Amino acid sequence: MNTVTEATIEADPKVPIIRITRDFNGTPEQLFRAHTDPALYAQWVGPNAMETRVTDWDARSGGSWRFVSTRNGEEYGFHGCFHEVRPDRIVQTFTYEGQPDGVALETLWIEDLGNGRSRLRTQSLVDSFESRDAWLASGMEVGVNEGYARLEGMLADGNV
Amino acid sequence: MTADPLSRVFAALSDPTRRDMVARLSAGDATANQLAEPYQMTLQAVYKHLKVLEDAGVVSRPPGPQPRPVRLEAEVFDLMDKWIERYRRQAEERYRRLDAVLARMNDETPTETEEQKGSAA
Repeated sequence: MNTVTEATIEADPKVPIIRITRDFNGTPEQLFRAHTDPALYAQWVGPNAMETRVTDWDARSGGSWRFVSTRNGEEYGFHGCFHEVRPDRIVQTFTYEGQPDGVALETLWIEDLGNGRSRLRTQSLVDSFESRDAWLASGMEVGVNEGYARLEGMLADGNV
Repeated sequence: MTADPLSRVFAALSDPTRRDMVARLSAGDATANQLAEPYQMTLQAVYKHLKVLEDAGVVSRPPGPQPRPVRLEAEVFDLMDKWIERYRRQAEERYRRLDAVLARMNDETPTETEEQKGSAA
Protein backbone atom coordinates (compact mmCIF):
# COMPACT_ATOMS: atom_id res chain seq x y z
CA MET A 1 0.00 0.00 0.00
CA ASN A 2 1.27 3.45 -0.88
CA THR A 3 1.90 5.79 2.01
CA VAL A 4 0.25 9.19 1.90
CA THR A 5 2.76 11.30 3.78
CA GLU A 6 1.35 14.57 2.44
CA ALA A 7 -2.34 15.34 2.37
CA THR A 8 -3.97 14.60 -0.96
CA ILE A 9 -7.10 16.45 -1.99
CA GLU A 10 -9.85 15.77 -4.46
CA ALA A 11 -12.68 18.12 -5.43
CA ASP A 12 -15.35 15.93 -7.00
CA PRO A 13 -16.59 17.40 -10.31
CA LYS A 14 -20.08 15.84 -10.03
CA VAL A 15 -21.06 16.44 -6.40
CA PRO A 16 -19.98 19.29 -4.10
CA ILE A 17 -17.56 17.16 -2.11
CA ILE A 18 -13.99 17.72 -0.95
CA ARG A 19 -12.01 14.61 -0.04
CA ILE A 20 -8.69 14.63 1.81
CA THR A 21 -6.47 11.67 2.65
CA ARG A 22 -3.44 11.62 4.94
CA ASP A 23 -1.38 8.97 6.78
CA PHE A 24 -0.19 9.44 10.36
CA ASN A 25 2.38 8.06 12.74
CA GLY A 26 -0.13 7.03 15.35
CA THR A 27 -2.49 4.19 16.09
CA PRO A 28 -6.15 4.38 15.06
CA GLU A 29 -6.98 4.72 18.76
CA GLN A 30 -4.68 7.76 19.08
CA LEU A 31 -6.08 9.36 15.94
CA PHE A 32 -9.60 8.79 17.26
CA ARG A 33 -8.64 10.39 20.57
CA ALA A 34 -7.11 13.41 18.80
CA HIS A 35 -10.51 13.92 17.16
CA THR A 36 -12.73 13.31 20.18
CA ASP A 37 -10.77 14.67 23.17
CA PRO A 38 -11.48 18.42 23.22
CA ALA A 39 -8.13 19.34 24.81
CA LEU A 40 -6.25 17.48 22.08
CA TYR A 41 -8.55 18.64 19.28
CA ALA A 42 -8.09 22.32 20.16
CA GLN A 43 -4.33 21.90 19.78
CA TRP A 44 -4.43 21.20 16.07
CA VAL A 45 -7.76 22.09 14.48
CA GLY A 46 -7.69 25.89 14.34
CA PRO A 47 -5.89 27.87 11.67
CA ASN A 48 -2.41 29.07 12.48
CA ALA A 49 -2.04 32.12 14.67
CA MET A 50 -5.49 31.44 16.06
CA GLU A 51 -6.33 30.52 19.60
CA THR A 52 -8.96 27.79 19.60
CA ARG A 53 -11.31 27.39 22.56
CA VAL A 54 -13.74 24.48 22.76
CA THR A 55 -16.99 25.74 24.32
CA ASP A 56 -19.25 22.69 23.88
CA TRP A 57 -18.19 19.12 23.44
CA ASP A 58 -20.10 15.87 23.65
CA ALA A 59 -18.28 13.46 21.34
CA ARG A 60 -20.81 10.66 21.10
CA SER A 61 -23.56 9.79 18.63
CA GLY A 62 -26.23 12.47 18.96
CA GLY A 63 -23.91 14.86 20.81
CA SER A 64 -22.86 18.31 19.72
CA TRP A 65 -19.75 20.46 19.56
CA ARG A 66 -18.75 24.10 19.28
CA PHE A 67 -15.43 25.87 19.22
CA VAL A 68 -14.32 29.47 18.85
CA SER A 69 -11.15 30.59 17.14
CA THR A 70 -9.74 33.99 17.96
CA ARG A 71 -7.38 36.13 15.94
CA ASN A 72 -6.52 39.77 16.74
CA GLY A 73 -9.52 39.97 19.05
CA GLU A 74 -11.91 38.72 16.37
CA GLU A 75 -13.87 35.57 17.14
CA TYR A 76 -14.92 32.94 14.63
CA GLY A 77 -17.41 30.37 15.89
CA PHE A 78 -18.02 26.89 14.48
CA HIS A 79 -20.56 24.34 15.61
CA GLY A 80 -22.24 21.11 14.66
CA CYS A 81 -23.55 17.74 15.79
CA PHE A 82 -21.87 14.42 16.15
CA HIS A 83 -24.18 12.23 14.10
CA GLU A 84 -22.23 9.07 14.76
CA VAL A 85 -19.03 8.48 16.72
CA ARG A 86 -17.33 5.13 16.57
CA PRO A 87 -13.64 4.21 16.58
CA ASP A 88 -13.29 3.78 12.81
CA ARG A 89 -15.78 6.41 11.62
CA ILE A 90 -17.01 9.80 12.76
CA VAL A 91 -19.93 11.54 11.05
CA GLN A 92 -20.64 15.14 12.00
CA THR A 93 -22.16 18.35 10.74
CA PHE A 94 -20.15 21.56 10.44
CA THR A 95 -21.37 25.15 10.35
CA TYR A 96 -19.30 28.32 10.26
CA GLU A 97 -21.32 30.76 12.35
CA GLY A 98 -20.43 33.62 10.00
CA GLN A 99 -22.61 31.79 7.46
CA PRO A 100 -25.21 30.23 9.74
CA ASP A 101 -27.35 28.82 6.90
CA GLY A 102 -24.48 26.80 5.52
CA VAL A 103 -23.92 23.27 6.76
CA ALA A 104 -21.49 20.60 5.66
CA LEU A 105 -21.76 16.89 6.34
CA GLU A 106 -18.35 15.53 7.26
CA THR A 107 -17.36 11.89 7.38
CA LEU A 108 -14.01 10.73 8.74
CA TRP A 109 -12.66 7.23 8.33
CA ILE A 110 -9.75 5.93 10.37
CA GLU A 111 -7.97 2.96 8.90
CA ASP A 112 -5.29 0.82 10.60
CA LEU A 113 -2.14 0.59 8.48
CA GLY A 114 -0.28 -1.53 11.05
CA ASN A 115 3.04 -0.75 12.72
CA GLY A 116 1.44 2.08 14.70
CA ARG A 117 0.36 3.92 11.58
CA SER A 118 -3.11 4.98 10.44
CA ARG A 119 -4.80 6.51 7.43
CA LEU A 120 -7.31 9.31 7.84
CA ARG A 121 -9.81 9.92 5.06
CA THR A 122 -12.24 12.81 5.28
CA GLN A 123 -15.11 13.78 3.07
CA SER A 124 -16.97 17.09 3.29
CA LEU A 125 -20.29 17.33 1.49
CA VAL A 126 -21.53 20.91 1.24
CA ASP A 127 -24.94 22.04 0.02
CA SER A 128 -23.91 23.60 -3.28
CA PHE A 129 -20.99 24.04 -5.65
CA GLU A 130 -21.06 27.74 -4.70
CA SER A 131 -20.44 26.82 -1.07
CA ARG A 132 -17.72 24.39 -1.96
CA ASP A 133 -15.91 26.88 -4.15
CA ALA A 134 -16.24 29.49 -1.42
CA TRP A 135 -14.70 26.99 1.00
CA LEU A 136 -11.87 26.26 -1.32
CA ALA A 137 -11.30 29.96 -1.80
CA SER A 138 -11.70 30.83 1.88
CA GLY A 139 -8.53 31.52 3.73
CA MET A 140 -6.64 31.55 0.47
CA GLU A 141 -4.36 34.15 1.94
CA VAL A 142 -5.15 33.30 5.55
CA GLY A 143 -2.67 30.96 7.02
CA VAL A 144 -0.73 30.13 3.89
CA ASN A 145 2.28 32.34 4.52
CA GLU A 146 2.29 31.83 8.25
CA GLY A 147 1.84 28.12 7.56
CA TYR A 148 5.04 28.06 5.53
CA ALA A 149 6.86 30.02 8.19
CA ARG A 150 5.70 27.60 10.86
CA LEU A 151 6.62 24.63 8.72
CA GLU A 152 10.09 26.03 8.15
CA GLY A 153 10.45 26.45 11.89
CA MET A 154 9.39 22.87 12.47
CA LEU A 155 11.81 21.62 9.83
CA ALA A 156 14.61 23.67 11.37
CA ASP A 157 13.87 22.18 14.79
CA GLY A 158 13.87 18.70 13.34
CA ASN A 159 10.25 18.19 14.33
CA VAL A 160 9.06 17.13 10.90
CA MET B 1 -12.81 45.58 -6.51
CA THR B 2 -10.02 43.09 -6.36
CA ALA B 3 -7.44 42.70 -9.11
CA ASP B 4 -6.33 39.25 -7.95
CA PRO B 5 -6.84 37.00 -11.00
CA LEU B 6 -7.82 34.05 -8.85
CA SER B 7 -10.54 36.05 -7.13
CA ARG B 8 -11.86 37.22 -10.50
CA VAL B 9 -12.02 33.62 -11.73
CA PHE B 10 -13.75 32.60 -8.54
CA ALA B 11 -16.29 35.43 -8.85
CA ALA B 12 -16.89 34.57 -12.50
CA LEU B 13 -17.53 30.90 -11.67
CA SER B 14 -19.69 31.62 -8.64
CA ASP B 15 -22.70 31.92 -10.96
CA PRO B 16 -24.42 28.65 -11.99
CA THR B 17 -25.21 29.84 -15.54
CA ARG B 18 -21.61 30.82 -16.14
CA ARG B 19 -20.41 27.54 -14.70
CA ASP B 20 -22.79 25.73 -17.02
CA MET B 21 -21.41 27.71 -19.97
CA VAL B 22 -17.89 26.72 -18.98
CA ALA B 23 -18.92 23.07 -18.68
CA ARG B 24 -20.40 23.18 -22.18
CA LEU B 25 -17.38 24.98 -23.62
CA SER B 26 -15.14 22.25 -22.24
CA ALA B 27 -16.68 20.01 -24.92
CA GLY B 28 -15.70 22.48 -27.67
CA ASP B 29 -15.96 26.08 -28.89
CA ALA B 30 -19.42 27.55 -29.39
CA THR B 31 -20.93 30.81 -30.59
CA ALA B 32 -22.86 33.08 -28.26
CA ASN B 33 -26.08 32.04 -30.00
CA GLN B 34 -25.34 28.36 -29.48
CA LEU B 35 -24.49 29.03 -25.84
CA ALA B 36 -27.74 30.96 -25.38
CA GLU B 37 -29.96 28.16 -26.70
CA PRO B 38 -30.81 26.24 -23.51
CA TYR B 39 -31.32 29.31 -21.31
CA GLN B 40 -34.49 31.26 -20.62
CA MET B 41 -32.74 34.58 -21.03
CA THR B 42 -32.13 37.24 -23.62
CA LEU B 43 -29.08 37.10 -25.84
CA GLN B 44 -28.07 40.36 -24.18
CA ALA B 45 -28.01 38.61 -20.78
CA VAL B 46 -25.89 35.83 -22.25
CA TYR B 47 -23.43 38.41 -23.58
CA LYS B 48 -23.29 39.92 -20.11
CA HIS B 49 -22.29 36.57 -18.64
CA LEU B 50 -19.75 36.06 -21.40
CA LYS B 51 -18.26 39.47 -20.66
CA VAL B 52 -17.71 38.48 -17.01
CA LEU B 53 -16.06 35.23 -18.08
CA GLU B 54 -13.96 37.08 -20.64
CA ASP B 55 -12.84 39.75 -18.15
CA ALA B 56 -11.79 37.01 -15.73
CA GLY B 57 -9.80 35.34 -18.49
CA VAL B 58 -11.89 32.17 -18.34
CA VAL B 59 -12.92 32.43 -21.99
CA SER B 60 -11.75 34.34 -25.04
CA ARG B 61 -13.28 35.25 -28.38
CA PRO B 62 -10.43 35.25 -30.86
CA PRO B 63 -10.80 37.90 -33.57
CA GLY B 64 -12.14 36.66 -36.91
CA PRO B 65 -15.26 36.55 -39.03
CA GLN B 66 -18.64 36.71 -37.28
CA PRO B 67 -20.01 34.86 -35.46
CA ARG B 68 -16.86 34.59 -33.39
CA PRO B 69 -16.68 31.38 -31.40
CA VAL B 70 -16.17 31.45 -27.64
CA ARG B 71 -13.17 29.47 -26.47
CA LEU B 72 -12.26 28.16 -23.03
CA GLU B 73 -8.85 29.28 -21.75
CA ALA B 74 -7.05 26.23 -20.40
CA GLU B 75 -4.62 28.30 -18.27
CA VAL B 76 -7.48 29.30 -16.03
CA PHE B 77 -7.76 25.75 -14.84
CA ASP B 78 -4.09 25.69 -13.96
CA LEU B 79 -4.95 28.66 -11.78
CA MET B 80 -7.79 26.71 -10.17
CA ASP B 81 -5.45 23.79 -9.57
CA LYS B 82 -3.22 26.19 -7.64
CA TRP B 83 -6.25 27.33 -5.74
CA ILE B 84 -7.08 23.76 -4.69
CA GLU B 85 -3.40 23.22 -3.94
CA ARG B 86 -3.48 26.10 -1.45
CA TYR B 87 -6.46 24.55 0.27
CA ARG B 88 -4.62 21.24 0.32
CA ARG B 89 -1.63 22.92 1.93
CA GLN B 90 -3.87 24.33 4.63
CA ALA B 91 -5.14 20.84 5.35
CA GLU B 92 -1.55 19.57 5.35
CA GLU B 93 -0.56 22.32 7.75
CA ARG B 94 -3.42 21.31 10.07
CA TYR B 95 -2.36 17.69 9.88
CA ARG B 96 1.23 18.58 10.75
CA ARG B 97 -0.13 20.03 13.96
CA LEU B 98 -2.01 16.76 14.43
CA ASP B 99 1.29 14.91 13.86
CA ALA B 100 2.77 16.90 16.73
CA VAL B 101 -0.23 16.09 18.95
CA LEU B 102 0.10 12.37 18.17
CA ALA B 103 3.83 12.51 18.92
CA ARG B 104 3.11 14.11 22.30
CA MET B 105 0.45 11.47 23.04
CA ASN B 106 3.13 8.82 22.75
CA ASP B 107 5.21 10.55 25.43
CA GLU B 108 2.53 11.69 27.78
CA THR B 109 1.02 9.80 30.71
CA PRO B 110 -2.63 9.00 30.00
CA THR B 111 -3.96 10.63 33.21
CA GLU B 112 -4.17 14.13 31.75
CA THR B 113 -6.38 13.18 28.84
CA GLU B 114 -8.45 10.85 31.00
CA GLU B 115 -9.30 13.84 33.20
CA GLN B 116 -10.36 15.81 30.12
CA LYS B 117 -12.60 12.96 29.08
CA GLY B 118 -14.11 12.90 32.55
CA SER B 119 -14.91 16.60 32.54
CA ALA B 120 -16.48 16.38 29.08
CA ALA B 121 -18.67 13.39 29.90
